[in-house]
Amino acid sequence: MADVVAVRERGALPARPARRFGLSWVGLLPFFLFSFAFIVMPTAYLVFGSLQKDDKPSLQNYADLGTGVIPLSLLTSIEVSLVTAVAGGILGFLLAYAIILGGLPRFLRTAVTTFSGVASNFAGVPLALAFTFTLGQLGVLTVFLKDTFGFDLRSTGFRLSDKLGLELVYLYFQIPLMLLIIAPAIDGLKKEWREAAENMGATPADYWRRVALPILTPSILGTMILLFGNSFGAQATAYQLTGGALPLATLTISAQISGDVLHNPGLGYALAMTMIAIMAVSIGIYTVLQRRAERWLRS
Amino acid sequence: MTTGNANPFAPLGIMRSWLRLDRGGDPGPRKSVLTRLVSWVIFIGIALYFLIPLFATFLQSIKPKPNGIPDPTLAYRTVLGLQGFYVGLGYSFAIGVITILISLLIIVPTAYWVRLRAPRLRPVVEFVTLLPFVIPPVVYVFGLIRTYGNKPFLLLATNLGSDAVLVGAYVILSFPYMYRAVDTGLAAVDVRSLTEASQSLGAGWTRILLRVILPNIRTAILSGAFLTLAIVVGEFTIATYLARNWAFGPYLSLLGRTQPYTPAVVTLISFGLTWIAMLLIAFIGRGSRTRVQVAGAR
Repeated sequence: MADVVAVRERGALPARPARRFGLSWVGLLPFFLFSFAFIVMPTAYLVFGSLQKDDKPSLQNYADLGTGVIPLSLLTSIEVSLVTAVAGGILGFLLAYAIILGGLPRFLRTAVTTFSGVASNFAGVPLALAFTFTLGQLGVLTVFLKDTFGFDLRSTGFRLSDKLGLELVYLYFQIPLMLLIIAPAIDGLKKEWREAAENMGATPADYWRRVALPILTPSILGTMILLFGNSFGAQATAYQLTGGALPLATLTISAQISGDVLHNPGLGYALAMTMIAIMAVSIGIYTVLQRRAERWLRS
Repeated sequence: MTTGNANPFAPLGIMRSWLRLDRGGDPGPRKSVLTRLVSWVIFIGIALYFLIPLFATFLQSIKPKPNGIPDPTLAYRTVLGLQGFYVGLGYSFAIGVITILISLLIIVPTAYWVRLRAPRLRPVVEFVTLLPFVIPPVVYVFGLIRTYGNKPFLLLATNLGSDAVLVGAYVILSFPYMYRAVDTGLAAVDVRSLTEASQSLGAGWTRILLRVILPNIRTAILSGAFLTLAIVVGEFTIATYLARNWAFGPYLSLLGRTQPYTPAVVTLISFGLTWIAMLLIAFIGRGSRTRVQVAGAR
């Protein structure tokens, strides 16, 4: 605003705005240079690498994504992410409902919120270790179940290093993240909406089905998609838990970094680009849905 | 301070929670007995899921029985005598502090400049700061290693070079949180008037930034700094390739593979550190009216 006024006052200097723009660009130079060196260049390396085969431009690497361990690792990653996003989403929502609207004492809400902040950040190696101490071969719970109830968990085929085990562990950070992001949306449900619905004869079930849930749907879906990305990009927990044995996209990448297990550098870059594309789509949908959801939270 | 953000969006929940959580909202009518019962069942079930692994870790940590005699504090004493534990924590902490300083040095002038002089470039800057959300850490470190592990930018050949790339990577990871924290901090003060007032009193750019703008966005800076520290200390995926097993995350991983009881102690310690970090962040966030919003990406 002030810029416009300033320019108009000095109407005789038409070159001014152009120079302003030139200068404004210079002010951001440190930021752009740093970003160029540390994120644009590394990403560009992956992009160009994925588009080359035997030092010649080629799309062959993308065609080769269907070979070897790659389809399985991508599918496993997507499956684990979907399962933990949906399960974590539902459980996180239920927990948020319980502590906000379920008539539980208020202090529980504060406690759960604070704990969620910690738990959503408690991931990676220590999380994997905590679960190994619980449900691993010699885990406290495993031994307890066996000694007390004669129930041998391993006889059911359950392994922490399998898909199911990994999913169980991932819920430890997925549920709290869902709770933290969805709670403001539940808080945003206005008293007037419920009162209006009741005045028109709606039962609580009607209110939830016809008013509250439709308003919350974009938030719920959007957050679940965020959870999907959260799990899709995770590597440390899975690495510690499975020792890299489970075919997951992130683990395939880490194996490729250490020793070109795909026997084709370009293929690793193509897999990396595929993961970036999947993440970009998730974040894109999340952003759109979140914007939609915020229409109701405003005012 | 926290350990191993395997999941890139973890701090996001924290930042969002400053926004509206605990604001109250509409509790609705008095709840029926059934609603309360179901709520309690949900709460207790999920609480058990979260508390049992912590309890199991605690039991594991007091389990050692050298020569058949229980010695519950043995693992704790062992950890406190481990040199690698201090090295790991110290190294990661130092890297975290350097990361915060560089991140602030870049982000504060950038956010200030975008607001004051280059609002048209805001979408570009925001897009760049959001890149770490789109690129999974393991993919990111893949690109870093290939870029800086080969000529002409061979930085990873030396320890100092590796540390530099590690700090660079963490600074990038801090951008989404730091930029948003600082930008919302700037939104709360009248940057333009402050700048013009300082200029008319004869202050230069450095003085304006350091003596006028910076003190006004202290809270935002502190929040961003703690969040960054929470991301960096204990980070595993990137550190494992660039920090030569010195960092806290890779050290804990190594410990977990080779020792039976001490990793339980370190796990509990890192959980405790996570608590401290989160309480500090919540404390800072609560005192201010800074409203931070992430990933809603305007």
